[in-house]
Amino acid sequence: MSEETPQMRTIAVDLVARVEGEGALRVTVKGDTVQDVELRIFEPPRFFEAFLQGRHYDEVPDIVARICGICPIAYQMSAVHALEQIFGIRVEGALRDLRRLIYCGEWIESHALHVYMLQAPDFLGYESGIAMAKDHTVMVTRGLRLKKAGNAIMTLLGGRSVHPVSVTVGGFSRVPLRRELEGLKDELLWARDAAVETVRWISGFDYPEFVPDYTYVALRHPDEYPFNEGQIVASSGLQLTVNEFEEHFTEHQVTYSTALHCTLQGSPYLVGPLARVNLNREHLTPLVKQVLADQGVALPLRNPFHGIIARSIEILYALEESLRLIERYEPPPMPSAPISVRPGTGMACTEAPRGILYHRYEVDGDGIVREAKIVPPTSQNQSRIEQDLRLFLPRLLHLPDKEAALECERVIRCYDPCISCATHFLNLEIKRERGM
Amino acid sequence: MKKDHPGYSIRIIGLGNSMRGDDAVGLLAARRLRQDLGDRAEVTEAEMAGVDIVELIKGVGVAILIDAARSGQRPGTIHRFDASTRPIRVGMFPSSSHALGVSEALELARVLGVLPKAVIVYGIEVGHTEAGQPLSPQVAKALDEVVGLVIQECEACHA
Repeated sequence: MSEETPQMRTIAVDLVARVEGEGALRVTVKGDTVQDVELRIFEPPRFFEAFLQGRHYDEVPDIVARICGICPIAYQMSAVHALEQIFGIRVEGALRDLRRLIYCGEWIESHALHVYMLQAPDFLGYESGIAMAKDHTVMVTRGLRLKKAGNAIMTLLGGRSVHPVSVTVGGFSRVPLRRELEGLKDELLWARDAAVETVRWISGFDYPEFVPDYTYVALRHPDEYPFNEGQIVASSGLQLTVNEFEEHFTEHQVTYSTALHCTLQGSPYLVGPLARVNLNREHLTPLVKQVLADQGVALPLRNPFHGIIARSIEILYALEESLRLIERYEPPPMPSAPISVRPGTGMACTEAPRGILYHRYEVDGDGIVREAKIVPPTSQNQSRIEQDLRLFLPRLLHLPDKEAALECERVIRCYDPCISCATHFLNLEIKRERGM
Repeated sequence: MKKDHPGYSIRIIGLGNSMRGDDAVGLLAARRLRQDLGDRAEVTEAEMAGVDIVELIKGVGVAILIDAARSGQRPGTIHRFDASTRPIRVGMFPSSSHALGVSEALELARVLGVLPKAVIVYGIEVGHTEAGQPLSPQVAKALDEVVGLVIQECEACHA
């Protein structure tokens, strides 16, 4: 047996050159063994949980919309559904459809950005979307136009696409006319065809073989692909009501990060498009199923790199769903259900582009928020990302430090994490340690 | 007038995050410029706009962007860059895992052939960017200065 102490390696690489950092990855390697993987993420929801205390319930949708620049609707939807549970309101009919429609807009916008600008360059060998745009101008232009189609839905229903202002507890402050929604149709029809092309394009990429053993978690609804309603289900067979979330999912502090890690009965799990597609595949449309069959894509998808395929499937689904909802739209008699305030606690989970987003509020008899809890998808995926890096890293150890770091970044990007969506300043840094 | 002479239309875009201290400076400048300039320019407050900057500058004659910057100089320092013909300093302007920074968004517009003829970027060196904080005094002073500079810029365009 060798007396040698295995070598410890230290590598520090700035992945995104910025002065101040709020997200970082530290990897410690000893010999051929990965010792530690620590992903540090700054989480804006923590600040907002405190900021919401003492606010009137009707301010909540506008405040939470500011947590994330890319998924404000998700934060608004989880908030209004939780508050409506307290007040005993159920939003039905056309208002329910409009909420589904605005959420479709957000999925289209968020997924198109990630697929075309953030992740496709990884598979085509470019360092960024800009570098890719030089050689693939038509593709990038198509991706931006798809994103814009999602923006257009959000702008029409939300008043504006970033930090939409019209979502309220009980409904909307204003609902569109039928002809306003019909005005979106031509562009959405173009976008639907572009989304079919997107699925074809993406499913033709070369993917690394990597199939970790996942527990997938998503909402599931008996009649539809989930956005705002459903039970929480896991691939392990677990089924919960949203109100049971905190009994099974627990957040815990880790020493190296201000962010909390969330686990399901103590184990990492995966939320997001891959989990959603796998757990709700029976609700995909005939067109989606046909395109997947033509491309030889079989569900479930078990490789995290296939997250980009799941996102492209959901872009297509969301466009078809948008067109279906617009087709049957009749303006509701009132833009919002009447509200009578009462004290209580309410919970809601909705499907943000990156996975389930849980909110809980406690409100007093004057409608003032006494406590707020927000569990974003990225904190739920954080343990899973670390686990996957631990599994993937052994095949990268022969690479020079810089290349290995870039490969790690690609793995992280599969989960589309909101590393600092609301911070505006990001320094994603990967460190590998080398020393004795 | 803007519609009659689209080649000379000016769009001012303020960028930033309104809830992150000095990071809001570009948005606040845009708000002031909307009042001060009236119909002499279109003014947009584009919070965390990222790749949407490409869309916002498409088709205008002159784009003036105002954003928070961080290059190590003292807070309140004002940087002016002309991005019309060549890239500006990448790394000084904020970006996130989802939002392209202003320099990257302008390069994307250049690659896609939609960059306006004249593109000016003002960067204001920030101090504090903690959540929920007001502007620091040096940055508040720079806000006044940058509003004046952008007004001069617009007057030069119309002269």
